[in-house]
Amino acid sequence: MRSVIDVPDLSPEELEELMDTAEDIIANPAKYSEVCRGKKLATLFFEPSTRTRLSFEAAMYELGGNVLSVTGAGTSSAAKGESVADTAKTVSCYADIIAMRHPKEGAARVAAQNASVPVINAGDGGHCHPTQTLADLLTIRREKGGFNGLTVGLCGDLKFGRTVHSLINALSRCEGLRFVLISPEELKLPSYVKNESLKKKGIPYTQTTDLEGAIGDLDILYMTRVQRERFFNEEDYLRLKDSYILTPEKLKKARKDLCVMHPLPRVNEISVAVDDDPRACYFKQVLNGKYMRMALIMMLLKEAGRL
Amino acid sequence: MNVDSIRDGIVIDHIAAGSGMKLYELLGLSSLDAPVAIMMNVSSHKLGRKDIIKIDAEIPINFDVIGYVDPGATVNVIRGGELAEKKRIALPERLVNVIRCRNPRCISVCEQELDQVFCLTDRETKEYRCLYCETKAAVL
Repeated sequence: MRSVIDVPDLSPEELEELMDTAEDIIANPAKYSEVCRGKKLATLFFEPSTRTRLSFEAAMYELGGNVLSVTGAGTSSAAKGESVADTAKTVSCYADIIAMRHPKEGAARVAAQNASVPVINAGDGGHCHPTQTLADLLTIRREKGGFNGLTVGLCGDLKFGRTVHSLINALSRCEGLRFVLISPEELKLPSYVKNESLKKKGIPYTQTTDLEGAIGDLDILYMTRVQRERFFNEEDYLRLKDSYILTPEKLKKARKDLCVMHPLPRVNEISVAVDDDPRACYFKQVLNGKYMRMALIMMLLKEAGRL
Repeated sequence: MNVDSIRDGIVIDHIAAGSGMKLYELLGLSSLDAPVAIMMNVSSHKLGRKDIIKIDAEIPINFDVIGYVDPGATVNVIRGGELAEKKRIALPERLVNVIRCRNPRCISVCEQELDQVFCLTDRETKEYRCLYCETKAAVL
Protein backbone atom coordinates (compact mmCIF):
# COMPACT_ATOMS: atom_id res chain seq x y z
CA MET A 1 0.00 0.00 0.00
CA ARG A 2 1.48 3.32 -1.07
CA SER A 3 1.85 5.87 1.73
CA VAL A 4 3.67 9.18 1.97
CA ILE A 5 5.90 9.45 5.02
CA ASP A 6 8.55 11.80 3.70
CA VAL A 7 9.07 13.94 0.61
CA PRO A 8 11.48 11.48 -1.08
CA ASP A 9 8.57 9.02 -1.20
CA LEU A 10 7.40 11.17 -4.11
CA SER A 11 9.42 11.32 -7.32
CA PRO A 12 10.17 14.72 -8.92
CA GLU A 13 7.63 13.82 -11.62
CA GLU A 14 4.98 13.08 -9.01
CA LEU A 15 5.70 16.37 -7.25
CA GLU A 16 5.20 18.19 -10.56
CA GLU A 17 2.01 16.22 -11.18
CA LEU A 18 0.68 17.12 -7.71
CA MET A 19 1.43 20.80 -8.30
CA ASP A 20 -0.25 20.67 -11.73
CA THR A 21 -3.32 19.04 -10.15
CA ALA A 22 -3.36 21.68 -7.40
CA GLU A 23 -3.22 24.43 -10.03
CA ASP A 24 -6.13 22.80 -11.83
CA ILE A 25 -8.12 22.57 -8.57
CA ILE A 26 -7.52 26.29 -8.01
CA ALA A 27 -8.69 27.07 -11.56
CA ASN A 28 -11.64 24.63 -11.63
CA PRO A 29 -12.80 23.78 -8.08
CA ALA A 30 -16.21 22.55 -9.21
CA LYS A 31 -14.56 19.82 -11.30
CA TYR A 32 -13.26 18.21 -8.09
CA SER A 33 -16.15 18.81 -5.71
CA GLU A 34 -17.55 15.25 -5.96
CA VAL A 35 -14.39 13.27 -6.68
CA CYS A 36 -14.22 11.66 -3.21
CA ARG A 37 -17.94 11.22 -2.64
CA GLY A 38 -18.51 8.31 -0.23
CA LYS A 39 -14.85 8.19 0.82
CA LYS A 40 -13.62 8.76 4.35
CA LEU A 41 -10.45 10.37 5.58
CA ALA A 42 -9.43 9.58 9.18
CA THR A 43 -7.45 12.38 10.76
CA LEU A 44 -5.54 10.95 13.73
CA PHE A 45 -3.89 13.83 15.54
CA PHE A 46 -2.08 12.80 18.70
CA GLU A 47 -0.30 16.15 18.95
CA PRO A 48 -1.78 19.67 18.92
CA SER A 49 -2.46 21.13 15.47
CA THR A 50 -4.82 23.67 14.03
CA ARG A 51 -3.68 24.31 10.51
CA THR A 52 -2.70 20.85 9.36
CA ARG A 53 -5.73 19.02 10.71
CA LEU A 54 -8.21 21.60 9.43
CA SER A 55 -6.38 21.72 6.13
CA PHE A 56 -6.70 17.95 5.66
CA GLU A 57 -10.33 18.03 6.71
CA ALA A 58 -11.16 21.00 4.48
CA ALA A 59 -9.34 19.26 1.62
CA MET A 60 -11.45 16.11 2.00
CA TYR A 61 -14.70 18.06 2.32
CA GLU A 62 -13.89 20.07 -0.79
CA LEU A 63 -13.37 16.80 -2.65
CA GLY A 64 -16.87 15.75 -1.57
CA GLY A 65 -15.63 13.20 0.98
CA ASN A 66 -16.17 12.73 4.71
CA VAL A 67 -13.90 12.94 7.71
CA LEU A 68 -13.48 10.82 10.86
CA SER A 69 -11.45 12.66 13.42
CA VAL A 70 -9.40 11.86 16.51
CA THR A 71 -7.73 14.74 18.28
CA GLY A 72 -5.37 14.37 21.21
CA ALA A 73 -3.98 11.16 22.61
CA GLY A 74 -6.12 11.67 25.74
CA THR A 75 -9.39 11.10 23.87
CA SER A 76 -8.35 7.98 21.99
CA SER A 77 -7.28 4.42 22.78
CA ALA A 78 -3.69 5.67 22.78
CA ALA A 79 -4.47 6.84 26.32
CA LYS A 80 -5.16 3.19 27.21
CA GLY A 81 -1.77 2.23 25.86
CA GLU A 82 -2.81 1.09 22.38
CA SER A 83 0.12 0.82 20.00
CA VAL A 84 0.37 2.84 16.80
CA ALA A 85 0.30 -0.43 14.85
CA ASP A 86 -3.00 -1.52 16.40
CA THR A 87 -4.51 1.93 15.93
CA ALA A 88 -3.56 1.87 12.25
CA LYS A 89 -5.03 -1.61 11.73
CA THR A 90 -8.25 -0.62 13.50
CA VAL A 91 -8.75 2.68 11.69
CA SER A 92 -8.10 0.95 8.34
CA CYS A 93 -11.40 -0.86 8.94
CA TYR A 94 -13.29 2.44 9.00
CA ALA A 95 -11.51 4.81 6.62
CA ASP A 96 -10.23 4.87 3.04
CA ILE A 97 -7.17 6.94 3.88
CA ILE A 98 -5.44 8.14 7.06
CA ALA A 99 -3.66 11.40 7.86
CA MET A 100 -1.70 11.04 11.10
CA ARG A 101 0.22 13.38 13.36
CA HIS A 102 2.10 11.89 16.28
CA PRO A 103 4.68 13.28 18.72
CA LYS A 104 7.02 10.31 18.26
CA GLU A 105 9.43 10.26 15.35
CA GLY A 106 8.77 7.38 12.97
CA ALA A 107 5.19 6.82 14.18
CA ALA A 108 3.79 7.44 10.69
CA ARG A 109 6.08 4.77 9.23
CA VAL A 110 4.84 2.27 11.81
CA ALA A 111 1.25 3.21 10.93
CA ALA A 112 1.96 2.80 7.20
CA GLN A 113 3.51 -0.64 7.77
CA ASN A 114 0.37 -1.81 9.53
CA ALA A 115 -2.50 0.00 7.83
CA SER A 116 -4.34 -1.51 4.88
CA VAL A 117 -5.16 1.95 3.52
CA PRO A 118 -2.77 4.76 2.48
CA VAL A 119 -1.24 6.79 5.32
CA ILE A 120 -0.14 10.39 4.96
CA ASN A 121 2.33 11.64 7.53
CA ALA A 122 0.93 14.87 8.92
CA GLY A 123 4.01 15.35 11.11
CA ASP A 124 5.88 12.85 13.28
CA GLY A 125 7.54 14.81 16.06
CA GLY A 126 10.57 16.69 14.82
CA HIS A 127 11.15 14.25 11.99
CA CYS A 128 9.11 14.85 8.80
CA HIS A 129 6.16 16.93 7.67
CA PRO A 130 5.89 16.22 3.95
CA THR A 131 2.60 17.97 3.23
CA GLN A 132 4.01 21.23 4.61
CA THR A 133 6.76 20.85 2.04
CA LEU A 134 4.16 20.30 -0.66
CA ALA A 135 2.54 23.59 0.39
CA ASP A 136 5.95 25.30 0.32
CA LEU A 137 6.79 24.00 -3.14
CA LEU A 138 3.49 25.11 -4.67
CA THR A 139 3.90 28.54 -3.06
CA ILE A 140 7.40 28.98 -4.48
CA ARG A 141 6.28 27.81 -7.92
CA ARG A 142 3.27 30.13 -7.94
CA GLU A 143 5.21 33.12 -6.63
CA LYS A 144 8.44 32.63 -8.61
CA GLY A 145 7.25 30.71 -11.66
CA GLY A 146 9.69 27.85 -10.94
CA PHE A 147 12.60 26.75 -8.79
CA ASN A 148 15.78 26.90 -10.81
CA GLY A 149 18.35 29.57 -10.02
CA LEU A 150 16.73 30.83 -6.81
CA THR A 151 18.61 32.00 -3.72
CA VAL A 152 16.72 30.55 -0.78
CA GLY A 153 17.31 31.86 2.75
CA LEU A 154 16.24 29.68 5.68
CA CYS A 155 16.16 31.48 8.99
CA GLY A 156 15.67 30.52 12.64
CA ASP A 157 15.60 27.00 14.03
CA LEU A 158 17.37 25.00 11.35
CA LYS A 159 18.28 22.22 13.80
CA PHE A 160 14.89 20.97 14.93
CA GLY A 161 12.82 22.54 12.13
CA ARG A 162 11.52 19.53 10.24
CA THR A 163 9.95 21.71 7.53
CA VAL A 164 13.35 23.16 6.76
CA HIS A 165 14.98 19.74 6.38
CA SER A 166 12.22 18.49 4.10
CA LEU A 167 12.22 21.67 2.00
CA ILE A 168 15.99 21.58 1.50
CA ASN A 169 15.74 17.94 0.50
CA ALA A 170 12.98 18.65 -2.02
CA LEU A 171 14.63 21.75 -3.49
CA SER A 172 18.01 20.03 -3.72
CA ARG A 173 16.62 18.21 -6.76
CA CYS A 174 16.41 21.54 -8.67
CA GLU A 175 19.15 23.21 -10.68
CA GLY A 176 21.13 26.35 -9.98
CA LEU A 177 19.80 26.79 -6.46
CA ARG A 178 21.77 28.43 -3.67
CA PHE A 179 20.96 28.29 0.04
CA VAL A 180 21.71 30.84 2.75
CA LEU A 181 21.38 29.24 6.19
CA ILE A 182 20.68 31.85 8.86
CA SER A 183 20.58 30.64 12.47
CA PRO A 184 22.13 30.97 15.92
CA GLU A 185 25.14 28.68 16.41
CA GLU A 186 23.10 26.30 18.58
CA LEU A 187 20.36 25.86 15.99
CA LYS A 188 22.46 25.31 12.87
CA LEU A 189 21.40 22.85 10.20
CA PRO A 190 22.50 19.32 11.29
CA SER A 191 25.57 18.09 9.45
CA TYR A 192 23.80 15.00 8.10
CA VAL A 193 21.24 17.21 6.30
CA LYS A 194 24.08 19.36 4.93
CA ASN A 195 26.00 16.29 3.80
CA GLU A 196 23.13 14.44 2.21
CA SER A 197 21.10 17.25 0.68
CA LEU A 198 23.76 19.84 -0.12
CA LYS A 199 27.39 18.67 -0.08
CA LYS A 200 26.85 15.36 -1.89
CA LYS A 201 24.88 17.15 -4.62
CA GLY A 202 27.36 20.03 -4.91
CA ILE A 203 24.75 22.65 -4.03
CA PRO A 204 26.32 25.93 -2.87
CA TYR A 205 25.35 27.26 0.55
CA THR A 206 26.55 29.78 3.09
CA GLN A 207 25.96 29.83 6.83
CA THR A 208 25.53 33.03 8.78
CA THR A 209 24.03 34.37 11.99
CA ASP A 210 23.26 37.75 10.36
CA LEU A 211 19.75 38.04 8.87
CA GLU A 212 20.08 41.73 7.96
CA GLY A 213 23.36 41.13 6.17
CA ALA A 214 21.93 38.29 4.09
CA ILE A 215 18.40 39.49 3.34
CA GLY A 216 19.32 41.61 0.28
CA ASP A 217 20.53 38.55 -1.68
CA LEU A 218 17.43 36.43 -1.24
CA ASP A 219 14.59 35.44 -3.58
CA ILE A 220 12.92 33.43 -0.81
CA LEU A 221 13.12 34.01 2.94
CA TYR A 222 11.75 31.04 4.86
CA MET A 223 11.31 32.01 8.51
CA THR A 224 10.79 29.40 11.23
CA ARG A 225 9.67 29.37 14.83
CA VAL A 226 11.94 28.23 17.62
CA GLN A 227 9.78 25.36 18.88
CA ARG A 228 9.43 25.06 22.64
CA GLU A 229 8.25 21.44 22.33
CA ARG A 230 11.54 20.33 20.74
CA PHE A 231 13.71 21.46 23.68
CA PHE A 232 14.48 19.31 26.70
CA ASN A 233 15.75 22.37 28.52
CA GLU A 234 13.48 25.42 29.06
CA GLU A 235 16.49 27.70 29.65
CA ASP A 236 17.86 26.99 26.18
CA TYR A 237 14.47 27.69 24.64
CA LEU A 238 14.12 31.04 26.41
CA ARG A 239 17.63 32.08 25.40
CA LEU A 240 17.10 31.32 21.70
CA LYS A 241 13.43 32.02 21.05
CA ASP A 242 13.84 35.66 20.05
CA SER A 243 16.95 35.21 17.91
CA TYR A 244 15.34 36.54 14.73
CA ILE A 245 12.38 38.84 14.34
CA LEU A 246 11.48 40.02 10.85
CA THR A 247 10.23 43.62 10.85
CA PRO A 248 9.30 46.15 8.12
CA GLU A 249 12.64 47.88 8.82
CA LYS A 250 14.62 44.74 8.06
CA LEU A 251 12.52 44.18 4.92
CA LYS A 252 13.67 47.57 3.56
CA LYS A 253 16.99 45.92 2.72
CA ALA A 254 15.27 43.08 0.83
CA ARG A 255 14.44 42.77 -2.86
CA LYS A 256 11.11 44.07 -4.08
CA ASP A 257 10.16 40.59 -5.26
CA LEU A 258 11.28 38.70 -2.15
CA CYS A 259 8.86 35.99 -1.09
CA VAL A 260 8.57 35.72 2.73
CA MET A 261 7.38 32.30 3.86
CA HIS A 262 6.70 30.66 7.22
CA PRO A 263 5.18 27.23 8.00
CA LEU A 264 3.13 28.82 10.84
CA PRO A 265 2.19 29.09 13.61
CA ARG A 266 4.38 32.09 14.26
CA VAL A 267 5.01 33.43 17.71
CA ASN A 268 6.86 36.68 17.23
CA GLU A 269 9.47 35.87 14.58
CA ILE A 270 7.53 37.84 11.95
CA SER A 271 6.14 41.14 13.14
CA VAL A 272 2.39 41.53 12.45
CA ALA A 273 3.27 44.77 10.64
CA VAL A 274 4.87 42.66 7.89
CA ASP A 275 1.53 40.99 7.07
CA ASP A 276 0.40 43.89 4.86
CA ASP A 277 3.61 43.82 2.83
CA PRO A 278 2.94 42.26 -0.61
CA ARG A 279 6.03 40.10 -0.08
CA ALA A 280 4.38 38.27 2.84
CA CYS A 281 3.29 34.90 1.41
CA TYR A 282 2.69 32.81 4.53
CA PHE A 283 -1.08 32.90 4.45
CA LYS A 284 -0.98 31.99 0.75
CA GLN A 285 1.10 28.99 1.88
CA VAL A 286 -1.76 27.89 4.14
CA LEU A 287 -4.21 27.95 1.23
CA ASN A 288 -1.77 26.24 -1.11
CA GLY A 289 -1.34 23.51 1.51
CA LYS A 290 -5.02 22.65 1.26
CA TYR A 291 -4.85 22.34 -2.53
CA MET A 292 -1.77 20.14 -2.38
CA ARG A 293 -3.41 17.91 0.24
CA MET A 294 -6.44 17.58 -2.05
CA ALA A 295 -4.14 16.56 -4.89
CA LEU A 296 -2.28 14.07 -2.66
CA ILE A 297 -5.44 12.49 -1.25
CA MET A 298 -6.73 11.96 -4.80
CA MET A 299 -3.43 10.52 -6.00
CA LEU A 300 -3.16 8.00 -3.15
CA LEU A 301 -6.81 6.95 -3.29
CA LYS A 302 -6.49 6.37 -7.04
CA GLU A 303 -3.34 4.28 -6.55
CA ALA A 304 -5.08 2.26 -3.84
CA GLY A 305 -7.91 1.54 -6.26
CA ARG A 306 -10.38 3.39 -4.07
CA LEU A 307 -11.28 6.10 -6.60
CA MET B 1 49.25 -19.24 24.40
CA ASN B 2 47.30 -22.26 23.12
CA VAL B 3 43.60 -22.87 22.78
CA ASP B 4 42.44 -26.39 21.93
CA SER B 5 41.15 -26.93 18.42
CA ILE B 6 37.44 -27.62 18.16
CA ARG B 7 35.78 -30.68 16.65
CA ASP B 8 32.32 -29.36 15.80
CA GLY B 9 31.77 -25.63 16.00
CA ILE B 10 32.48 -22.21 14.59
CA VAL B 11 35.59 -20.08 14.37
CA ILE B 12 35.16 -16.38 13.67
CA ASP B 13 38.55 -15.28 12.42
CA HIS B 14 40.21 -12.10 11.14
CA ILE B 15 38.20 -9.87 13.48
CA ALA B 16 39.78 -6.44 13.71
CA ALA B 17 41.81 -6.23 16.91
CA GLY B 18 39.68 -4.79 19.68
CA SER B 19 36.31 -5.77 18.13
CA GLY B 20 36.16 -9.31 19.51
CA MET B 21 34.47 -8.43 22.78
CA LYS B 22 31.85 -6.27 21.03
CA LEU B 23 31.07 -9.14 18.70
CA TYR B 24 30.88 -11.54 21.65
CA GLU B 25 28.33 -9.25 23.31
CA LEU B 26 26.20 -8.57 20.21
CA LEU B 27 26.09 -12.26 19.26
CA GLY B 28 24.81 -13.00 22.77
CA LEU B 29 27.54 -15.60 23.34
CA SER B 30 27.60 -14.99 27.08
CA SER B 31 24.30 -16.86 27.40
CA LEU B 32 25.51 -19.81 25.35
CA ASP B 33 25.72 -23.19 27.10
CA ALA B 34 28.95 -24.19 25.32
CA PRO B 35 32.64 -23.37 25.65
CA VAL B 36 33.62 -20.11 23.95
CA ALA B 37 37.17 -18.76 23.65
CA ILE B 38 38.01 -15.18 22.74
CA MET B 39 41.58 -14.51 21.70
CA MET B 40 42.57 -10.89 21.42
CA ASN B 41 45.56 -9.22 19.79
CA VAL B 42 46.71 -12.40 18.09
CA SER B 43 49.49 -11.94 15.50
CA SER B 44 48.20 -11.92 11.94
CA HIS B 45 50.05 -11.79 8.59
CA LYS B 46 47.09 -10.02 7.01
CA LEU B 47 46.07 -7.59 9.77
CA GLY B 48 49.09 -7.31 12.04
CA ARG B 49 46.84 -8.00 15.03
CA LYS B 50 43.45 -9.66 15.08
CA ASP B 51 40.85 -11.15 17.40
CA ILE B 52 39.44 -14.69 17.09
CA ILE B 53 36.32 -16.25 18.62
CA LYS B 54 36.03 -20.01 18.85
CA ILE B 55 32.66 -21.57 19.69
CA ASP B 56 32.65 -25.25 20.57
CA ALA B 57 29.17 -25.86 19.15
CA GLU B 58 27.52 -25.35 15.77
CA ILE B 59 24.99 -22.73 16.69
CA PRO B 60 22.93 -20.49 14.41
CA ILE B 61 24.94 -17.30 13.88
CA ASN B 62 23.55 -13.92 12.87
CA PHE B 63 25.93 -13.04 10.06
CA ASP B 64 24.50 -9.51 9.88
CA VAL B 65 25.93 -8.89 13.36
CA ILE B 66 29.38 -10.00 12.25
CA GLY B 67 29.12 -7.88 9.07
CA TYR B 68 28.11 -4.87 11.13
CA VAL B 69 30.99 -5.24 13.61
CA ASP B 70 33.60 -6.19 11.02
CA PRO B 71 32.77 -7.07 7.40
CA GLY B 72 36.37 -8.23 7.00
CA ALA B 73 35.90 -11.13 9.43
CA THR B 74 35.61 -14.73 8.21
CA VAL B 75 33.49 -17.54 9.59
CA ASN B 76 34.75 -21.12 9.47
CA VAL B 77 32.38 -23.95 10.25
CA ILE B 78 34.22 -26.97 11.64
CA ARG B 79 32.73 -30.47 11.49
CA GLY B 80 34.57 -33.60 12.64
CA GLY B 81 37.66 -31.50 13.24
CA GLU B 82 37.78 -30.43 9.55
CA LEU B 83 36.94 -27.16 7.85
CA ALA B 84 33.47 -27.82 6.41
CA GLU B 85 32.44 -24.32 5.28
CA LYS B 86 34.07 -20.92 4.98
CA LYS B 87 31.64 -18.02 4.89
CA ARG B 88 32.41 -14.58 3.54
CA ILE B 89 30.89 -11.68 5.43
CA ALA B 90 29.47 -8.47 3.93
CA LEU B 91 28.20 -5.22 5.36
CA PRO B 92 24.45 -5.87 5.79
CA GLU B 93 21.88 -3.55 4.22
CA ARG B 94 19.64 -3.86 7.30
CA LEU B 95 20.16 -4.68 10.95
CA VAL B 96 17.16 -6.06 12.76
CA ASN B 97 17.22 -6.20 16.57
CA VAL B 98 20.99 -5.89 16.74
CA ILE B 99 21.37 -2.37 18.09
CA ARG B 100 18.88 -0.02 19.71
CA CYS B 101 17.88 3.53 18.79
CA ARG B 102 19.19 6.13 21.25
CA ASN B 103 16.71 8.86 20.29
CA PRO B 104 14.24 9.27 23.18
CA ARG B 105 11.74 10.79 20.72
CA CYS B 106 11.76 7.70 18.48
CA ILE B 107 8.64 5.53 18.32
CA SER B 108 10.83 2.40 18.61
CA VAL B 109 12.07 3.58 22.02
CA CYS B 110 8.53 4.28 23.20
CA GLU B 111 6.90 1.11 21.80
CA GLN B 112 9.26 -1.63 22.92
CA GLU B 113 7.65 -4.44 20.93
CA LEU B 114 8.67 -2.86 17.61
CA ASP B 115 11.63 -4.38 15.81
CA GLN B 116 14.73 -2.21 16.07
CA VAL B 117 15.61 -1.70 12.41
CA PHE B 118 18.65 0.17 11.12
CA CYS B 119 19.44 0.73 7.43
CA LEU B 120 22.84 1.19 5.83
CA THR B 121 22.87 4.78 4.56
CA ASP B 122 26.55 5.20 3.70
CA ARG B 123 28.61 2.15 2.76
CA GLU B 124 31.87 4.10 2.78
CA THR B 125 31.56 5.31 6.36
CA LYS B 126 29.53 2.26 7.52
CA GLU B 127 26.79 4.61 8.62
CA TYR B 128 23.50 3.12 9.79
CA ARG B 129 20.33 5.07 10.57
CA CYS B 130 17.18 4.10 12.42
CA LEU B 131 14.40 3.15 9.98
CA TYR B 132 11.86 5.12 12.00
CA CYS B 133 13.51 8.37 13.08
CA GLU B 134 16.69 8.29 10.92
CA THR B 135 18.94 8.87 13.93
CA LYS B 136 22.49 7.72 13.26
CA ALA B 137 23.61 4.56 15.06
CA ALA B 138 26.30 5.03 17.68
CA VAL B 139 29.80 4.36 16.41
CA LEU B 140 31.05 0.98 17.57
